[in-house]
Amino acid sequence: MAGYFEPAPDGGAAIALDEVEISILRSLAVQFLELIGPGPGGSADDGDPLAALFAEGPTQPPSDPALARLFPNAYCDPDKAPDDKAEAASAEFRRYTENDLRARKREDALAVVHALDALTPAGDRGVVLKVTRDEAQRWLGAFNDLRLTIGSRLDVDEDPDSELYRLPDDDPRKPLMMAYMWLGGLQESLIETLLP
Amino acid sequence: MGKVSVAPVEIERTESSEAAFEEPKPDVPWVTIVHNDPVNLMSYVTYVFQAYFGYPKDKAKRLMLDVHHKGRAIVSSGTREEMERDVQAMHGYGLWATLSQDR
Repeated sequence: MAGYFEPAPDGGAAIALDEVEISILRSLAVQFLELIGPGPGGSADDGDPLAALFAEGPTQPPSDPALARLFPNAYCDPDKAPDDKAEAASAEFRRYTENDLRARKREDALAVVHALDALTPAGDRGVVLKVTRDEAQRWLGAFNDLRLTIGSRLDVDEDPDSELYRLPDDDPRKPLMMAYMWLGGLQESLIETLLP
Repeated sequence: MGKVSVAPVEIERTESSEAAFEEPKPDVPWVTIVHNDPVNLMSYVTYVFQAYFGYPKDKAKRLMLDVHHKGRAIVSSGTREEMERDVQAMHGYGLWATLSQDR
């Protein structure tokens, strides 16, 4: 697993992925989609486009810590004591924005799944995935959402000496931590291709 | 993205002495604050500040370092509506942002 994104001659980026990498990425993206859930306009509300358009979002922060990190309270400064006014304003903001935010994150993850499904790996030699500059933005967003979610699950902090970096092979967190670090490398390399 | 400067314009006022005891002024600008978190890559945060705000690389990097070292940085200021837009965009990118009135 040493493939990273490289700039493509036409302005996009490209990366060689093998079958295992494709399946890990796909599985993480699908799990993320399950976490985000179907939105308004999804199969749950009878496909009424008008209802979806006027559907109001939630007012309370999600109880799942990873979702709470993805959709934070907009008016609650973490360095200040909680106050009712900030919470009320956050609820109002959430009502009008969270559905759109969820939709965007869902679309980013879906774009990743579809792109991976369009690849046809040739045995263990792997394939080259090419993304345009526009697609690269989606991938970047998806990588970041996946890292935020895994980071929240693993309780990643800024301690460089964290035990997370020295997990024994039989630790149940080890595979997720390896995926987390791998995604970081992918994201970093993709950013480099986007910078002038 | 040509952002118009949001620095308040100096307006000549004939202020009476009572004016100092008024409630918060409606024209006090709002600010978007980005908070530090352990997951977002420094390069990604810099990239977002460049891509969304159109800031030059130096400024984007300086703001990112403020977030990283001081725990927070004011990344934009303006009306409440503008700051709600910026905060929503930051959440879209996965950055932890809040808005508040700058006083």
